Amino acid sequence: MTTPISGPHYHGQRSVRGIMAQVMLALVPATVFALWQFGWPALFLFLLTLLSAVVTEALSLHLAGKAKCAFLLDGSGLLTAWLLALSLPPWAPWWIGVVGGAFAIVLGKQVFGGIGQNLFNPAMLARVALLISFPVEMTRWAAPQPFTATGAPGFVDSLKITFSGGTNLDSLTGATVLGHSKTELTRGIGLDVSLSDIYTPLDYLFGLSGGSFGETSALLLLLGGLYLLVRRIITWQIPVAMLATVALLAGIMHLVDPLRYADPLLHLLAGGLMLGAFFIATDPVTSPSGGLGQLVFGMGCGVLVYVIRTWGGFPEGLAFAVLIMNAATPLIDHYLRPRVYGRSRRGTPLTYTAEQLGREKE
Amino acid sequence: MLAAVLSLTVLGLALGWLLGLAARRFRVDVDPRVAQVEALMPGSQCGQCGFPGCSPAALAVVNGEAPLTLCPPGGKALVEALGNTLGISVDTSAMNDGDPQLARVDETICIGCIKCLRTCPTDAIVGAPKQIHVVMERACTGCGACIEICPTGALALMEEEPTLRTWRWAKPQLVAA
Amino acid sequence: MKLFRFRGGIHPPSRKELSAGSAIETMPLPERLYIPMQQHIGTPAEPAVKIGQHVLKGQLLARASGALSAPIHAPTSGWIRAVTDFTAPHPSGLPILTVVLEPDGKDEWDEFPLPKDPFEMPPELIAERVAAAGIVGMGGATFPTAVKLGGATNKHIHTLLINGGECEPYLTCDDRLMRERAFEVIDGVLLILHGIRWGRAIIAIEDNKHEALEAMRATAKGYGQLEVVAVPTLYPMGSEKQLIKTVTGLEVPAGGLAAQVGVLVQNVATAYAVHEAIRYGRPLVRRIVTVSGGAVRDRRNLEVPIGTLVDDLLRHCGHDGEPERLLMGGPMMGTVLPHAMVPIVKGSNGVLALSKPELPEGSASPCIRCGSCVRVCPVGLMPLELMKRAQNNDLDGAQDYGLSDCLSCGTCAYVCPAHLPLTHYFNYAKGELAARAQQKRKNDYTRQLVQARQARLEREAQAKAAAAAKRKAERAAKKAQEAEA
Repeated sequence: MTTPISGPHYHGQRSVRGIMAQVMLALVPATVFALWQFGWPALFLFLLTLLSAVVTEALSLHLAGKAKCAFLLDGSGLLTAWLLALSLPPWAPWWIGVVGGAFAIVLGKQVFGGIGQNLFNPAMLARVALLISFPVEMTRWAAPQPFTATGAPGFVDSLKITFSGGTNLDSLTGATVLGHSKTELTRGIGLDVSLSDIYTPLDYLFGLSGGSFGETSALLLLLGGLYLLVRRIITWQIPVAMLATVALLAGIMHLVDPLRYADPLLHLLAGGLMLGAFFIATDPVTSPSGGLGQLVFGMGCGVLVYVIRTWGGFPEGLAFAVLIMNAATPLIDHYLRPRVYGRSRRGTPLTYTAEQLGREKE
Repeated sequence: MLAAVLSLTVLGLALGWLLGLAARRFRVDVDPRVAQVEALMPGSQCGQCGFPGCSPAALAVVNGEAPLTLCPPGGKALVEALGNTLGISVDTSAMNDGDPQLARVDETICIGCIKCLRTCPTDAIVGAPKQIHVVMERACTGCGACIEICPTGALALMEEEPTLRTWRWAKPQLVAA
Repeated sequence: MKLFRFRGGIHPPSRKELSAGSAIETMPLPERLYIPMQQHIGTPAEPAVKIGQHVLKGQLLARASGALSAPIHAPTSGWIRAVTDFTAPHPSGLPILTVVLEPDGKDEWDEFPLPKDPFEMPPELIAERVAAAGIVGMGGATFPTAVKLGGATNKHIHTLLINGGECEPYLTCDDRLMRERAFEVIDGVLLILHGIRWGRAIIAIEDNKHEALEAMRATAKGYGQLEVVAVPTLYPMGSEKQLIKTVTGLEVPAGGLAAQVGVLVQNVATAYAVHEAIRYGRPLVRRIVTVSGGAVRDRRNLEVPIGTLVDDLLRHCGHDGEPERLLMGGPMMGTVLPHAMVPIVKGSNGVLALSKPELPEGSASPCIRCGSCVRVCPVGLMPLELMKRAQNNDLDGAQDYGLSDCLSCGTCAYVCPAHLPLTHYFNYAKGELAARAQQKRKNDYTRQLVQARQARLEREAQAKAAAAAKRKAERAAKKAQEAEA
């Protein structure tokens, strides 16, 4: 006789592939808009990163002797590469995408044992590795040049930008708002001056500014994030805790010294915070699974983002913040468990006084 | 120079004396874990482990000369208890715990010689001279001592049949992933 | 009335529409009835009939043995054909001692002395009669009802909670019972109240059963001590602990009983059985069973004599081809059956013959730690962490993560996007834990026996030595006497 199957003999509609597909769907508006903004080179970089991830994942699965189809089709590798691509400078040379994609999949995920096993967010791991190894390429930001704009590179020029490094240097701006203001501060120039030429909140909201590929349009990312919340792919705890913490810290510091510390709105709109709060920090594998733990995790990310941005050596701290909190996830999950029915928070069985029970009589 | 040599010598002597004192004062004659381990063992001295009795077996386990899985009557429960006492982690999943053995008397062969009654370490066999003997399942550890002594071969070890009370869910088999 | 919310829970498709529309019908008597001697939690009952004997409907077949047990009665009149091992309605397919009864077709009740007015009876008598009628919890837990009632009389009970939740998908037997026999159920509730000497009862019904709610409300009107409450439709609302939380806001302490928070919970079908037993003296010999599932042609709610084979039910309702999976109970917590040749017992609320498209598909993939299971767990466990430990046979770790608090409700496995058999892992780990406890008990027992034997051997040796010494002394004395002489 075959071994009997235990219940439940009933299952909901959710699947891993479905979840990944929903996240990618939520990323589509921001990605399409970014591709429009940054033109052909961005598209090349995007596709190369994805391709690199898929190829290296297939290779890793082959070496590990695992079923290729099932795991390639779950979409998790694709999503990792997608998120990585969105965090890269849009006109970065081809090998940034290829190396990044391979790094994320092989060292970020497969060496840990594949899907669900990795301790750190693979996309952020790859981004940090690239940033530290290739600081020049990773901080050359292109100004938005939509396909229709005059001066936007054509198809052939774009191939040159991506593959032979023949970058039209004129179209590259020096830095993002976070980087620029930080450099200017070290020169003793206050935010009132340094921000006046490059920062208008509306541009940042809609994504008309320079910056990483997919991080620019705060509004579209927010919409994607809200979609995930509505579909219950992610929970509110991490994004809300993270954004609120950054806004709170920025607000307090801005009140202390407005010339030195940027206002909360800039912090929320600039850099990768929106992408990070809704799509990266919420990566289920590397974030806590309990609600309380997620709140702590989100707050931790928020504090670290703000601290690194304001006092750290890098203008943007999202990747570092997420990675550091990833390391704390097992600890958080161990200590911040939900309260169990019939037990106190400390795990001892509940006791009621006669009075408490008596009161229930009415 | 002399001061340094002197002070170090004095220091060495003093500490050495202290160590010697401590060694005498807090001397442990026997590894206390041996007694703990022995207390965990079934104590039937059945010898299935290959040692003459539970006490030597306990000594061997503590000294690391025998595996924790040495005792068949103790089963997985004993292995885990031993692991906890000695601070060793053991993988019990490979241990075959599925078929505990019980002795049975073949009533057609038993001549009622009461030899097995006297041998059984747990007094699990009941009977009287010239009467057919019966094994009380609850008390039998499946040690097999009675089988060797039986002159007619009426005793044999049989697998314990699962019942509704002892049936357990098997570990789910995941499709190779 | 103020309701409370328990954490987690899910809204699986109810599929109750398949059978909710069909009124309760009486199942015709099958050729043979197979009545297992254990249909309750506790010790099996002891057969009290001989092969070939003729019995009347309701006559005692087996006596309760011990404090936690329940007697079993003849579901119809007929002849006892065998007392033998027969497959139990259990996933293992292992046998259980069973009385085989061949109906004589007359379906003739035994005679029972009827009470004039049960509310004049001393309350202890209610529990006594309920015990004699072999009534057990009919929601599926099959705990002897009389034991619960007996315990309730000497504890501080403030609420009798009648469970009309029926949160399992597909099942509609309680729904139909409340719609069609509201008077009898309410009477049963009043009788239980009388039995525990307490005045107030709350009847909780999930708000998707409008007709049942209406019927019960209409019937309960005029009884100030009864309150019919619509509770939200949320699986597992029908679980005792979750229902108590919803209605009273209290939580049963971990490892404790409902009585500790002053609540006594009884299922509506149990209340109905109490009515039958007290008003007419009829023991529990039949129950209402939902026969449903994609493989069943006419999905029905049948009133079935205990001991009817699942196969008889399926043939009565008709089925298309072989069902892909046979279940007893609902799809969430019900058990898989090895085949259809197993009998209906007191706790069988449903028989589901599921077709392939209804069953979960997709093989398991690694956990992505999405935390869905943590969000829906009605207990507040972290099923993913628990599973990891069960997988690695780390039972202590699993205990630390609350294995013993797990209800095995299946909520986590239902939502798991990786299709992991979480509940199966927990059942496995619980079984291992039980096996280990059993092994430990046996080891302790063995040690006792060994010590007793050693003591005996010593005693014998001493006695022998004493006897030898005595003989020696006697001989010496004799010698001395002889020498003297």
